[in-house]
Amino acid sequence: MSPVVLQMSCVAGLLGIAVLAIILSGRKTATTTIYCATAAVSCVALFGSVRFLVGDAANASGLILPIGLPWLGAHFRLDALASFFLLVVNLGGASASLYGLGYGHHDPAPQRVLPFFPAFLAGMNLVVLADDAFSYLLCWEFMSLASWALVMAHHREPGNAKAGYVYLVMASFGTLALLLAFGLLAGPTGDYGFAAIRAAPHTPYVATLVLILMLFGAGSKAGLVPLHVWLPLAHPAAPSHVSALMSGVMTKVAIYGFIRVIFDLLGQPIWPESVVVLFLGGITAVMGILYALMEKDLKRLLAYSTIENIGVIFASLGLALAFQANGQKLAAALAFTAALFHVLNHSFFKSLLFFGAGAVLTATGERDMDKLGGLIHRMPFTSFVVLVGCVAISALPPFNGFVSEWLMFQAVLQSPELPQWALKIMVPAVGALLALAAALAAACFVKAFGVTFLGRPRSPAAETAHEVDRYSLSAMSILAALCLLAGILPGLVIDALAPITIDILGGRMPVQANEAWLSIAPIAESRSSYNGLLVMLFITISASISVFVIHRFASHAVRRGPAWGCGFSDPTPAAQYSAASFAQPIRRVFGTSVFRASDHVDMPAPGDVRPARLRIELHDLVWEGLYRPIAGAVGFSSDRLNRLQFLTIRRYLSLVFATLVTLLLVLAIWS
Amino acid sequence: MVVISDIVVQGGQMLLVLLLAPLLTGFVRKIKARLVRRQGASVFQPYRDLLRLLRKEVVLAENASWLFRVTPYVTFAAIWVAAALVPTFATGLLFNWTADLIAIVALLGSARFFLALAGMDIGTSFGGIGSSREVMIAALAEPAMLLVFFCIALVAGSTQLSTVANFMASSYVGLRVSLGMAVIALIMVALAENARIPIDNPTTHLELTMVHEAMVLEYSGRHLAMIEFGAFLKLLLYISLIACVFLPWKIALFGAGPLAYAVGAGAYVVKLAAAGFFLALFETATAKMRVFRIPQFLGAALMLGLLGTLLLFVSRSF
Repeated sequence: MSPVVLQMSCVAGLLGIAVLAIILSGRKTATTTIYCATAAVSCVALFGSVRFLVGDAANASGLILPIGLPWLGAHFRLDALASFFLLVVNLGGASASLYGLGYGHHDPAPQRVLPFFPAFLAGMNLVVLADDAFSYLLCWEFMSLASWALVMAHHREPGNAKAGYVYLVMASFGTLALLLAFGLLAGPTGDYGFAAIRAAPHTPYVATLVLILMLFGAGSKAGLVPLHVWLPLAHPAAPSHVSALMSGVMTKVAIYGFIRVIFDLLGQPIWPESVVVLFLGGITAVMGILYALMEKDLKRLLAYSTIENIGVIFASLGLALAFQANGQKLAAALAFTAALFHVLNHSFFKSLLFFGAGAVLTATGERDMDKLGGLIHRMPFTSFVVLVGCVAISALPPFNGFVSEWLMFQAVLQSPELPQWALKIMVPAVGALLALAAALAAACFVKAFGVTFLGRPRSPAAETAHEVDRYSLSAMSILAALCLLAGILPGLVIDALAPITIDILGGRMPVQANEAWLSIAPIAESRSSYNGLLVMLFITISASISVFVIHRFASHAVRRGPAWGCGFSDPTPAAQYSAASFAQPIRRVFGTSVFRASDHVDMPAPGDVRPARLRIELHDLVWEGLYRPIAGAVGFSSDRLNRLQFLTIRRYLSLVFATLVTLLLVLAIWS
Repeated sequence: MVVISDIVVQGGQMLLVLLLAPLLTGFVRKIKARLVRRQGASVFQPYRDLLRLLRKEVVLAENASWLFRVTPYVTFAAIWVAAALVPTFATGLLFNWTADLIAIVALLGSARFFLALAGMDIGTSFGGIGSSREVMIAALAEPAMLLVFFCIALVAGSTQLSTVANFMASSYVGLRVSLGMAVIALIMVALAENARIPIDNPTTHLELTMVHEAMVLEYSGRHLAMIEFGAFLKLLLYISLIACVFLPWKIALFGAGPLAYAVGAGAYVVKLAAAGFFLALFETATAKMRVFRIPQFLGAALMLGLLGTLLLFVSRSF
């Protein structure tokens, strides 16, 4: 069986499971059956894509199905790039299904999730496999609608209906942009096959327009600022394993679309494109993490952090575009590999963290960090794996997040060779933004972990929490192990990504497998190298030495006592540092300009017994400055146009006649 | 033979930093005391303090978790590994290719990450205030430090510290605007990262004005010893880093003979003493700033680093 046929049969299998879920709806065994079947099919698809990527990635295999447009058919193709993204999708799918085996049983209405879950996975697989514009758009819409249904699974909870509505509007807007982009790419001949688009020449004018449209289309799905507004609403609204898929995987499918069109279909890029992408990437990274720092809802914090990571990925794609436009193949391969590596890493740790948030939700019923705390005592295993995820996402060695950040900074250091002045100014500024985002991410995850898992419990629910089921724990442990493995064996990942860079950019990074002790050296060892394995070994050895010495020579006595309160112990756990108070210094530094943050203290007069209150005012300037005026304008014009609904038939006919005449006149003047 | 001498140099440097770190802090304290015409404790007092802490029992808060107990060791290990990667008296460390300048920033970041978490573990307001301020300082200091390192890496054509030190020591680098900005920015960052005046006061006893000390307020006994030792080591690390990049005077080059190593070690001690003296002088002459002036101070460091890097992007000759 050719690899693409295997992948397509897996997709068919997933669609079959979706149908099965409808048939089984209401049965008790449905949850177990569906998640088991989805996990099995995802594992097969994962195995197939890995074998293709490391095996014969040079031989792309195609498949034409006799559906879709009658003169075109539906084209599907598996090449190196597609197989990498299939790996991301199916790994996410398999781990989410495993997690769902435990988590799904707590769902009050499983029949609202079960059919759409495999369908959503099938949709993401199909988008990556599609090889013509028509099937691409169709599968994209299928993916969007399936995920929308999952967002609306708990539609009675407050806020979810709004989330679904905003998501639907943004998704339609994105698809419209994609439709126009493909229309431009296909040109007047209207050949929608990707092979034909790739072969046709594209003028810089068309290329620029397509880039802008793709930034709208793929960017709105991925969460580029200022198109990110739906993401922190919709991702947390879905059940946690679906949130993990939407945040960890679906945003990557959008990035796949961007790479496919801009790097692959458009051919040789021009350098001004890269300035736009770099700028948006840098801004998105910093804005995303600042939003996350202001948040106190655990799942919304994670969704905002996804925006940051998307910004990081786009910034390194922008670097790759800049190098590629100037023919620096090696540096382009480095930046592109960094972006793909970060795609993989983010899918690992973001899924892990969303699973962790789901576990907290199961155990306590709370997403609000200000009602949690002290969970490290009651959920030791969950807190350990979530800590691994937090360390990894904060880009700390020896975990995987650091490797991709490191590769990205190495790519930034290659860029003084770029000839254009705009890029010479832009790249160091974006480098600074990325460094700032990385440091803020560490602060953000100290806050997320510290407030949720450490300290004293802030509510009875947090006080009586219990460890979650084994399926959830094993799904999280697998992802945590992958975070560590990708961090200590980065050379293997970089070598596995080489076929993609050869395919897309025509160059590759040096083979890493030959380096001593599994280290990585992106250009040459004298310039820079990193060895995650040895860093981990050194930390372990020096920590063990110090533990040994201390326990050999120092006192062993331990006494437990009350915490030091300076003479006045906090009477209640509510007096601990909360999410908002932890972020207060950063809010004062960055928030006063970015969010126009202000604190209002309401202090009662002496003798008055009502409590003092502190109110924090934050403004989402993107929402208030961009979306609210647009929504207002749409509302205003639809109010005005409303009158057209109540006309007589005579007036309608005259309207039709007037339109016809106007159009004919336009046509006559045009030609 | 070559391998053995490499191991000796690497191991020697790792032990040397451990031995010298408390002495450096003791020296700075002594100079500070003398500058305000106090007698001051002996320069060996930090060693005695560490031994005293090791002999004492640990008093743990009732709800301290395992994270609180492992953090001192993780923090110490991360700082020690970072310190082992910074050339002190000789370049050409055996494991210099394991982690470069960017990784050193990240290793120090790991140490701070765990320390900030430990500050939140007990659930008192002091830990919280310390952690939240520490991450605010780090959020500005870390990018500033990365930009300084970009600047250095662009001049030296490498991010490997040993190669950088070799380059700075062996060839004629000359006075450069970008490096001047970088060294000022790096000193500002070093002051912030080591919780020195004007950012933080290492000797304060008023909890509300503390940042680093408030974060580790709950630690005692051997745990506190590890954290203090880590802080001593970090100060030494930053001084070694500044010395080996910006003042590579008499540093022994890779493969030089034992005599060069001895000269290098002597020069290193002189550099440490000079840096310690100037640090004490500076701390005596300035006052601590308000917490919300710190962002301006570190923002200036960030801008200096960015400007230095930008200049190098414009022309390699700056």
